[in-house]
Amino acid sequence: MEKKKAKLSLEKKHNLTGWAFLLPASILIFVFCFYPMSQAILLSFRKTGGVFNGAANYARILKDKTFQQCLFNTFFYFVIQVPIMLVLALMLAQLLNNPKIKGKGIFRTLIFLPCATSLVSYSMIFKSLFAPDGVVNRVLMAIGLSSVDWFQSTWPARWVIVIALIWRWTGYNMVFYLAGLQNIDYSVYEASYIDGATPFQQFMKITIPLLKPTILMTAIMSTSGTLQLFDESMNLTAGGPGKSTMTLAHYIYNISFVETPKFNYAAALSVCILVMVAVLSAIQMKVGDKRD
Amino acid sequence: MTKFKQIISYTILVIASFLSAFPLYYMLCGATNQSIDVVRGRLIPGTYLIENFKTLVDMQNLGLAMFNSFRNAIVITVVTLLICSIAGYGFEIYHDKGKDILMSILLLAMMLPFVAIMIPLFKMFTSWKLVNTWIALALPSISTPFMIMLFRQAARSFPHDIIEAARLEGLSEIQIFFRMFIPVMKSTYGAAMTVTFMNAWNNYLWPTIILQDSKAITMPMLVANLKSGYSVDYGMLMLGVLICTLPTAIIFLCLQKSFANGITGAVK
Repeated sequence: MEKKKAKLSLEKKHNLTGWAFLLPASILIFVFCFYPMSQAILLSFRKTGGVFNGAANYARILKDKTFQQCLFNTFFYFVIQVPIMLVLALMLAQLLNNPKIKGKGIFRTLIFLPCATSLVSYSMIFKSLFAPDGVVNRVLMAIGLSSVDWFQSTWPARWVIVIALIWRWTGYNMVFYLAGLQNIDYSVYEASYIDGATPFQQFMKITIPLLKPTILMTAIMSTSGTLQLFDESMNLTAGGPGKSTMTLAHYIYNISFVETPKFNYAAALSVCILVMVAVLSAIQMKVGDKRD
Repeated sequence: MTKFKQIISYTILVIASFLSAFPLYYMLCGATNQSIDVVRGRLIPGTYLIENFKTLVDMQNLGLAMFNSFRNAIVITVVTLLICSIAGYGFEIYHDKGKDILMSILLLAMMLPFVAIMIPLFKMFTSWKLVNTWIALALPSISTPFMIMLFRQAARSFPHDIIEAARLEGLSEIQIFFRMFIPVMKSTYGAAMTVTFMNAWNNYLWPTIILQDSKAITMPMLVANLKSGYSVDYGMLMLGVLICTLPTAIIFLCLQKSFANGITGAVK
């Protein structure tokens, strides 16, 4: 009886220690993530000064032409860039996972290196590379194409952002896939090769199913990252020409801190982004779960 | 594997490596050339490094920005690693229903876009009179669900026998964490350190909002300043970009191995 009591209190003690260990981190997340989120939701239903405003801020969003433009831009980046980047990353990871390839370390380092540059820095590099008489236009002219005024026209400017994003993040995602692939025994690939599987079949039937949890994680991270895109829009194209490359986050920043502050309206826009991220992540999780 | 397939594999890898490295090589060339040559797209390293450095130091407070960036990034990294690893350990080793539920709630924070919470955060720190301080800069970023998850996954592979043995030896729970867990989990800490330091060093949106005083300038803010003004000195700009990139690049190159191992542990 005595012994049981002692054991129980020991368990209780360990339980409490556990709570003490995880409490600081949890409190920080509640204070600096969940609480501000609830504040943003409250703000979005009020006018400047704190008067309750109903859904007026949300009604205004529906009529906001700039918002529609930024929403389109952001979704363009999302729809084009995320799939290209993830497929490229998967392909490179599969190539690097092959034990017969030599110099893996060097390839991996070079492909990952862009991730070490800050978003502001690489925006500057790409701005200079795609300048009217920059390196890219010189290459285009050298191979007989005409040069493009990248930052003065809508679509080329959008493509520069997509290219820059792919450059910056492919290696990052590749590292996660490489890590995931290391948990797959390479003999699976060899066996399927003997059975006559083509590389494409191996990719579709072995790599993708086995990496599904990792792919899901990177897809959710990329979705959330793309919908929050800010540094590139701000520093690479300054949202221009006009507002044709401006992202939602850049727009929210502008109406909160650049023009006369409209915090309440900005909060309503933020809540929209939150809903979009949540919906897209939920869809991805649903799709990811389906083939189980 | 046939010879043909091998050649294709190498070709793809070489092209990918070239495309990844080229903009960085371009940055190196830019930093060592005159502005006019950078604009002309000169792709050979030049001899103008010292002059570019002088112009940069004359125009911007490089030393201050470096100091601020290093202090911010180091403080954030150390505190993040400590708080998140102990939480991840706590969630896994002492897990019960309540803690598992809390963990899944915390994971929801991963989905909260930062832009959505930045305005209330800014208001919060304004009312606490902490605008322009590095505390306000650090606080929102030192506890992230991603890091807690990374350490929770790592703790999963930590043998329970070690904990039991250590308890019998009379070590307290916190001593077990510091003396047993941390030394074994070096590669996880390496990976977490690389990611956290890079994010802290490269962060731009939150610093531009919360640090409005020019004395609190960080390296990415300094680089963003370089392009404003009527005429841009591209040599100087590229040197600024290079200096801003070096610390994270060096840390990544040094910790590469443990980075890869730590991430491998996390996605298992």
